[in-house]
Amino acid sequence: MKILTAAALAALVTVGAGQVHAAEGEAMPKYDWSFSGVFGRFDRAAMQRGLQVYREVCSACHGLKYVAFRNLEVLGYSEDEIKEMATEYSIGDGPNDEGDMFERPGRPSDYFPSPFPNDKAAAAANNGAAPPDLSLMAKARPGGPDYIRNLLLGYEDPPAGFEALEGLNYNLYFPGHQIAMAAPLSDGAVEFADGTEASTEQMATDLANFLMWTAEPNLERRHSLGVSVVLFLLVFTGILYAAKRKVWSDLH
Amino acid sequence: MSGLKTNNPVIRWIEYRLPIFSFIDHAVGSGYPTPRNLNYWWNFGSLAGLALVIMILTGIMLAMQYTAHVAFAFDSVERIMRDVNSGWLIRYIHMNGGSFFFIVVYIHLFRGLYYGSYKAPRELLWILGVVILLLMMATAFMGYVLPWGQMSFWGATVITNLFSAIPLIGESIVTWLWGGFAVANPTLNRFYALHYLLPFVIVGAVVLHIWALHRFGSNNPLGIEANGPQDKIPFHPYYTAKDAFGVGVFLLFFAAVVFFAPNFFGEPDNYIPANPLSTPAHIVPEWYFLPYYATLRAIPDKLLGVIAMFGSILILFVLPWIDRSPVRSAKFRPIYKQFFWIFLADCILLGYIGAKPPEGMFLIIGRIATAYYFLHFVIVFVLSYVERPRPLPSSIGEAVLKGGGAPAPAAAREKA
Amino acid sequence: MAHSATPAHPDDGETRRDFLYLAAAGFGVLGTAAVVWPLIDSMNPSAEVLALSSTEVDLEPVELGQRITVVWRGKPIFIDHRPQAAIDAARAVPVNDLPDPQTDEERVKKAEWLIQIGICTHLGCIPKGQAPGDPRGEFGGWFCPCHGSHYDTAGRIRKGPAPKNLFLPPYEFTADTAILIG
Repeated sequence: MKILTAAALAALVTVGAGQVHAAEGEAMPKYDWSFSGVFGRFDRAAMQRGLQVYREVCSACHGLKYVAFRNLEVLGYSEDEIKEMATEYSIGDGPNDEGDMFERPGRPSDYFPSPFPNDKAAAAANNGAAPPDLSLMAKARPGGPDYIRNLLLGYEDPPAGFEALEGLNYNLYFPGHQIAMAAPLSDGAVEFADGTEASTEQMATDLANFLMWTAEPNLERRHSLGVSVVLFLLVFTGILYAAKRKVWSDLH
Repeated sequence: MSGLKTNNPVIRWIEYRLPIFSFIDHAVGSGYPTPRNLNYWWNFGSLAGLALVIMILTGIMLAMQYTAHVAFAFDSVERIMRDVNSGWLIRYIHMNGGSFFFIVVYIHLFRGLYYGSYKAPRELLWILGVVILLLMMATAFMGYVLPWGQMSFWGATVITNLFSAIPLIGESIVTWLWGGFAVANPTLNRFYALHYLLPFVIVGAVVLHIWALHRFGSNNPLGIEANGPQDKIPFHPYYTAKDAFGVGVFLLFFAAVVFFAPNFFGEPDNYIPANPLSTPAHIVPEWYFLPYYATLRAIPDKLLGVIAMFGSILILFVLPWIDRSPVRSAKFRPIYKQFFWIFLADCILLGYIGAKPPEGMFLIIGRIATAYYFLHFVIVFVLSYVERPRPLPSSIGEAVLKGGGAPAPAAAREKA
Repeated sequence: MAHSATPAHPDDGETRRDFLYLAAAGFGVLGTAAVVWPLIDSMNPSAEVLALSSTEVDLEPVELGQRITVVWRGKPIFIDHRPQAAIDAARAVPVNDLPDPQTDEERVKKAEWLIQIGICTHLGCIPKGQAPGDPRGEFGGWFCPCHGSHYDTAGRIRKGPAPKNLFLPPYEFTADTAILIG
């Protein structure tokens, strides 16, 4: 009976969380990410390529406002490379002593500038659909990085009889299958600095890798700390169990 | 055990002026006699206390970094996650701590239902427990609003709108709750203030809960009163040791979720900043509210739905008077025991339905499950008259030491 | 564990019990400390605060005799374009008589630019003397109105309760008339 209760309560918990996966839409093919699992780590090379895809393709419409240039050190860039990269961006600052706002080259402490001054401007420039900021995308959609990768690879010819609305594109994995964003990637859209062949699939995978990091920058620390904490607790709980047995041994 | 046995002059000096050491000893020490037969389901009370402490400590640290303004709330949470030292850890502990608090409290509650812990003379103890549950729900709801994501905003909108079902004054109450004509900055501000306040009210209620507990001591799996020293053992070291082991197991589960699946209980939509002009396709409350949410949606009338939802908790207040059977533990109530499991299954089913869209089969099942939820209490009432309980053992000692009442240490030696 | 509890070896059982209690308590203390540290550490400056630790200042528009205040790490930085008279006055003082002995040369990188943190070393008020009409104290430098500390034209404490000279921020000249503080 105890086991039954435990199972029932476990079910209660699982059901509660199961809601997350109740979203409609196509079954999500799962990719074997380097960062999944208890010992998961980010793939630096993939993240650097993903950053390149973001900078050369996505950043035309999508912001990345929670990521500062200084954060890119984790991707394996040196301080000088980061300074260099930051100066390529123009950052709004001010007011200066005359009271005027001005533009200056970026510094490592600055954040990626968003392509549009506000959501209204973003929507107005994009047929009414504001391109969302990508910083948290890998946590803000069911499926996370899998969703990002699938979406980018999900542009297909619509099935017979499916009529996409004016200005919308058919996408197998977008909820409702009609997405305002046109297929952003095509083979060879960027030329990877490390010589990797820039197939659409490669770019989509690398970008998802990169965006998982932007959404969850502390993932590696979380995993490694988690392993130590669980090991500690296993030993501690073992000792507590032995102590409990010892205390109770004179009773039964 | 009344006098404090120590020669430490400092402790004796303090104890003479403020008898705090004997107070602690009587609360959770060797001066608190406890039934000797408590099983592991009795661990969940202390675990709930631990969860409350974890929530308050992490909450205070988060409050130092959080900004309660609609323009900054979401960003300030992201700053905690990215820039504050160990901020991600503290926030994930707090976020999942809420879920784990409810898990242990729900287990604690169903343990009380199974073993009849709500019956005389522990009715007030039970009622205080239900009060704590209500306070927890209010605190959790307001805390969920603070990150100001899409689910925060729309959860706040939907739940506060429940009060608009009240005839005549409903609309005014909702406007008053909001401090405006929609959920907005004044709402966020007051929810933050209350989210910080209510946990300390919970602490107060917990103190009363424990006070009431100590009046008659813990119930036990047999449901008969513990009589005499052969039925009881001092809380310390026996139950402190057992509770400590329970804490270890609890922390293992907790750590597994915090470190390896921190968003397991969460909704992806809450990582999208609140947008008052666009509702997410599926809005669902946090898992611990799903059964009530299912109850709310099962009833096609707005006011009756709200009444049913609140009623599903309020009915617990009068449970001690609905169940008139003098036998506490389901161990000796063969029919009640079956209905207990059906009731538990019904609550889980309600939770499942609460996560589903209210249409088709889900709606029908939801209605049946809601009806059964309330029917259960009728059944419990009837059962207390028609059920024939199994014979009760005459004492805990007799039931535990099947050899028949030998003093404890001797029995232990025989076994060893 | 049953075998160690047999009455034949009572001492073994006792040792084992003590060991278990000690181990449990030790792990408990260790675990609690490990949990408390991140909570305390979260109150230290966060990553984005540390990242903002340098400020660039263009000194070109600052005229001789003019004093300006810029902000670095949320603190006021006093920049004084000192005229020769002020430099001479600062260098004429016998150093050994000062409460906090320091030569003027030790306090500047270029004699005409005195750059210091504008916070009184007594209890943290901001001394007067930056604006043209401000009192500058008895030694022509700065005067803290909170408790009456007088600083000279090199920012050294000369009179009053402050124990130290005005502190100097870390800075370097990136050009003839441009500095990077921090």
